[in-house]
Amino acid sequence: MPAVSKGDGMRGLAVFISDIRNCKSKEAEIKRINKELANIRSKFKGDKALDGYSKKKYVCKLLFIFLLGHDIDFGHMEAVNLLSSNRYTEKQIGYLFISVLVNSNSELIRLINNAIKNDLASRNPTFMGLALHCIASVGSREMAEAFAGEIPKVLVAGDTMDSVKQSAALCLLRLYRTSPDLVPMGDWTSRVVHLLNDQHLIVTSASTDLQDYTYYFVPAPWLSVKLLRLLQCYPPPEDPAVRGRLTECLETILNKAQEPPKSKKVQHSNAKNAVLFEAISLIIHHDSEPNLLVRACNQLGQFLQHRETNLRYLALESMCTLASSEFSHEAVKTHIETVINALKTERDVSVRQRAVDLLYAMCDRSNAPQIVAEMLSYLETADYSIREEIVLKVAILAEKYAVDYTWYVDTILNLIRIAGDYVSEEVWYRVIQIVINRDDVQGYAAKTVFEALQAPACHENLVKVGGYILGEFGNLIAGDPRSSPLIQFHLLHSKFHLCSVPTRALLLSTYIKFVNLFPEVKPTIQDVLRSDSQLRNADVELQQRAVEYLRLSTVASTDILATVLEEMPPFPERESSILAKLKKKKGPSTVTDLEDTKRDRSVDVNGGPEPAPASTSAVSTPSPSADLLGLGAAPPAPAGPPPSSGGSGLLVDVFSDSASVVAPLAPGSEDNFARFVCKNNGVLFENQLLQIGLKSEFRQNLGRMFIFYGNKTSTQFLNFTPTLICSDDLQPNLNLQTKPVDPTVEGGAQVQQVVNIECVSDFTEAPVLNIQFRYGGTFQNVSVQLPITLNKFFQPTEMASQDFFQRWKQLSNPQQEVQNIFKAKHPMDTEVTKAKIIGFGSALLEEVDPNPANFVGAGIIHTKTTQIGCLLRLEPNLQAQMYRLTLRTSKEAVSQRLCELLSAQF
Amino acid sequence: MIGGLFIYNHKGEVLISRVYRDDIGNAVDAFRVNVIHARQQVRSPVTNIARTSFFHVKRSNIWLAAVTKQNVNAAMVFEFLYKMCDVMAAYFGKISEENIKNNFVLIYELLDEILDFGYPQNSETGALKTFITQQGIKSQTKEEQSQITSQVTGQIGWRREGIKYRRNELFLDVLESVNLLMSPQGQVLSAHVSGRVVMKSYLSGMPECKFGMNDKIVIEKQGKGTADETSKSGKQSIAIDDCTFHQCVRLSKFDSERSISFIPPDGEFELMRYRTTKDIILPFRVIPLVREVGRTKLEVKVVIKSNFKPSLLAQKIEVRIPTPLNTSGVQVICMKGKAKYKASENAIVWKIKRMAGMKESQISAEIELLPTNDKKKWARPPISMNFEVPFAPSGLKVRYLKVFEPKLNYSDHDVIKWVRYIGRSGIYETRC
Repeated sequence: MPAVSKGDGMRGLAVFISDIRNCKSKEAEIKRINKELANIRSKFKGDKALDGYSKKKYVCKLLFIFLLGHDIDFGHMEAVNLLSSNRYTEKQIGYLFISVLVNSNSELIRLINNAIKNDLASRNPTFMGLALHCIASVGSREMAEAFAGEIPKVLVAGDTMDSVKQSAALCLLRLYRTSPDLVPMGDWTSRVVHLLNDQHLIVTSASTDLQDYTYYFVPAPWLSVKLLRLLQCYPPPEDPAVRGRLTECLETILNKAQEPPKSKKVQHSNAKNAVLFEAISLIIHHDSEPNLLVRACNQLGQFLQHRETNLRYLALESMCTLASSEFSHEAVKTHIETVINALKTERDVSVRQRAVDLLYAMCDRSNAPQIVAEMLSYLETADYSIREEIVLKVAILAEKYAVDYTWYVDTILNLIRIAGDYVSEEVWYRVIQIVINRDDVQGYAAKTVFEALQAPACHENLVKVGGYILGEFGNLIAGDPRSSPLIQFHLLHSKFHLCSVPTRALLLSTYIKFVNLFPEVKPTIQDVLRSDSQLRNADVELQQRAVEYLRLSTVASTDILATVLEEMPPFPERESSILAKLKKKKGPSTVTDLEDTKRDRSVDVNGGPEPAPASTSAVSTPSPSADLLGLGAAPPAPAGPPPSSGGSGLLVDVFSDSASVVAPLAPGSEDNFARFVCKNNGVLFENQLLQIGLKSEFRQNLGRMFIFYGNKTSTQFLNFTPTLICSDDLQPNLNLQTKPVDPTVEGGAQVQQVVNIECVSDFTEAPVLNIQFRYGGTFQNVSVQLPITLNKFFQPTEMASQDFFQRWKQLSNPQQEVQNIFKAKHPMDTEVTKAKIIGFGSALLEEVDPNPANFVGAGIIHTKTTQIGCLLRLEPNLQAQMYRLTLRTSKEAVSQRLCELLSAQF
Repeated sequence: MIGGLFIYNHKGEVLISRVYRDDIGNAVDAFRVNVIHARQQVRSPVTNIARTSFFHVKRSNIWLAAVTKQNVNAAMVFEFLYKMCDVMAAYFGKISEENIKNNFVLIYELLDEILDFGYPQNSETGALKTFITQQGIKSQTKEEQSQITSQVTGQIGWRREGIKYRRNELFLDVLESVNLLMSPQGQVLSAHVSGRVVMKSYLSGMPECKFGMNDKIVIEKQGKGTADETSKSGKQSIAIDDCTFHQCVRLSKFDSERSISFIPPDGEFELMRYRTTKDIILPFRVIPLVREVGRTKLEVKVVIKSNFKPSLLAQKIEVRIPTPLNTSGVQVICMKGKAKYKASENAIVWKIKRMAGMKESQISAEIELLPTNDKKKWARPPISMNFEVPFAPSGLKVRYLKVFEPKLNYSDHDVIKWVRYIGRSGIYETRC
């Protein structure tokens, strides 16, 4: 920057600023500013042109006033004029004003852009620098639009000075950050490559030029750190030679760290360690050199005991990532004592937090008991800010690495005892889930909670767990006279009045479970339920429970009680809710990585960290295959009459095909099926969980059907899989194509499935839609017939009376005619009948039959292979309430099927 | 009740801090940070910060703030703050940083006296001056002390006994400020007069006074007997919207008979305050004419008309014509007085020393504008005016002020009485 000459001092500005500073009050300042603004306005308005110096001075004053917090709405033009000046100071002030007071006036923008373009094109490096700085500091989208193409040119031009190149690079970075879309992608990548070359050039030149640039005996620390960080953006190099060199470099850095310090100054160690930590980050990033990883780990281990708190913090943090690498996990584990020590003795809470993180990361089956014990003991003195997190971590570790579940139960109960307030709902839900799903710990759990509850003061969460577990498994310890049913009950009830409403509600449920488990305490419990404090409780929920449970216990027989109050079924396995909570608390990235990597590993180490879900569910829900025709297996639907009428043959076929998976047809679906013969849209199936709606359209031999699956509950369906099944007979005649739907259906949501239909040839059967899903842990299986019938491919044909009878006579072959006389199932209404015939697909021909009461229709069935002409005649007999339906088509099977379908309609 | 009272200078430095209750916490800083140094100017006189209420008034550059954690009567707190200003002014003149710094011992002494555990006590200057003096400690005799005690704690706390004047004299000032907002077409949008009757009494003994004015209700009551008087006084009487009195006025008597009787404190005090909104005599009419000539020029012409008896003279007339924010030059021509463009205030200020009633004067100005990028239209703030006229714009007239002193031998006729009316402009604005 050129030295500011004496004439550039701008005395007027200095005077103005000192005036402002001397103002006694805000009002005085505003007055002074108003005066100055009026002065500047009159100067700018003045007819005679201002010289550059005064223009600069006034623009400066305006800028100062603006920075004091006042609005400036003029002076932009003058500032733009300054841009075209040849003097550095004037140009500088102009750019400064423009970058501070960005104006959206389009005309001005044009002028400004023009000025910037001129400066970029000039070969004067200072001017180019100013222009680039202005672009970067404005950094708006408009600027990006105008100069995104220009700046890379400056950057790559051979003759630009280094400082300008630097500015250009930074400027481009800024524009790229604000509007990454504006730089054409192909163009951009080539530029990146170019830039990298450039950087490498600097690297090589740096090795020569910067050789003697050392900062407290560390050669070029900033450059090194930046380069190491740059390398972290790339995957490990493939070329072994490059890789070798890189490894060599990293080794050198690690070696250097071992050398005794060359200086006692803090800057020396800071610079050295900065390079070292970046190197370690790079090593972790590559995660491919076990040797280096172990060395890095050892290096960090040394830092763990360093005096510097910051170093210890960084070491713990880096180790966390190291712990997740398979190569260094074992090496990290050797430092467990140091880390535990850090947890106990560190004075800074953030460092302790890191220590907790690291312990969590390095935990595996071998050291879990030790780490969990340490964390538990630390929890007693831990800072309140990190308690909840530690609680979650302990809960997760205890669950994940539990060798035997008694240890798990002990740990969690301890956790509740030590930090009950921080134990969130999820944690104690989880204990109960696990205890219920694993019958080997139930007795132990009951015994332990019973003992824990005997403490004079116990946390409400413990009461909840205790209440639940004793209510389910209290019988397992009832044999011991020290924990007889009555003692259990009195123990729980002694806590009852100290608890909040939800806990009391839970305890009431426990009591009614006791009524089932131990009939001998029934009178005692009934007395409690009958007391005014329960029956007339101010809380509605408690009151209702008390009333209902009391009635239940008096009215219901033992059998009913045993059924109603049966032991809870195992919970479905899903992602641990505690883990989800921890993720939410810490932000997804940190935990997820760790978790994923650890899960991979733990699978082979532990052979499945969680109780096997498949086996439990198989036992719990009766599989439909076990009892083929016992309709009790069809889960939600009430047992109805077996669907024997009509399509039973079809059903047998379906079963023989895939009996193991498909449930029997849902009751009532037959009726629905018939309704769809004459219409295309409507509800096909509905029970208390699921609703299936249809919408279909047909053209010639093609059709499309939209199936809507609606979840009527508030919980989601899992593994939701609808399948279309065509029997062997049907397969060659009907082509169905569909895409699989999303396997989860949220509560209250509706999913849509499209089925493309092609009729290859005439067919009689209908395809079956089978739906399987899990609802709240139970497996559901529903089958319905899809109403795709032959008549859907009807094309109506209009014809005159004589044409009709001519064709009618042509189809006089006895196989071609099918006649059916049947009793009317519905009232015989002419209009309805007409609508049905039209809905059936054929044309309704008026004034064809000599008897006006008769209905006559004609149409063509389109299949891929053939077209089948079809004539029909329906003769109602009102007195007898009978119909006679006659169908004549060119194909016997078609006549038969159509007659069947249509007869069912009247 | 008031938890504490603080006085700050304009920079927010604490000059006086007196805490009466401990519940207010670190209120001193809270007020400074959130009100005095607030980024946005705080315009509400009551601020709530962290469930603590701050009531403040500003006198020149001095902030007075009363703090409380309780739900107090805000009007009471402000009344107290005003009283406090009056007391301070009576002791050491103008309230300025300099004066407060020089008298801080006295101020603490006063605060101890007029607020007791946050409850306001006797804040009558006359009474205070008997026992809080500025001239060192004058050792008082037992007799004097007991007299002070009985007076301060007695029924008439505002006046001591045994006052003697050779010449019994009293001065009555009716001070009014008239507020107006008028549309450009001359339609009155809002107008009201707030007035004060200030009395300065130099009377011996314990005189009983009775004050009478042309209050509509009183006149009508009296006029019931004689029919012709009602018709005559109907025009002269005024309707008072609301009024407040000095504590010496017997309110029970005012409520029953609407008569204002009192034993006045010695020296100057404010007898009553009132407000009227009907039949206001507007002393001046402002007729503005603004014409925009293109984007860069504005022509303004303002005519003022005086609207009172030609024999009266208005004084200190000042018309303030706001100019746009992008004014770059102004030329003014006026027939009377002096006019000047004040850039620091963004206004043309036109001053006329004197003007008789029923006269007219005019100013015209050419304002040059600098074209700006801002499309914001100039908001055209109203033209405001200041003046002083020797009559009461509300029409209030003092009918009598009778003095009775039964114990001493002077009668109503011996008292020399002076009455003066001053009408000043409050916010007197005309839109343009």
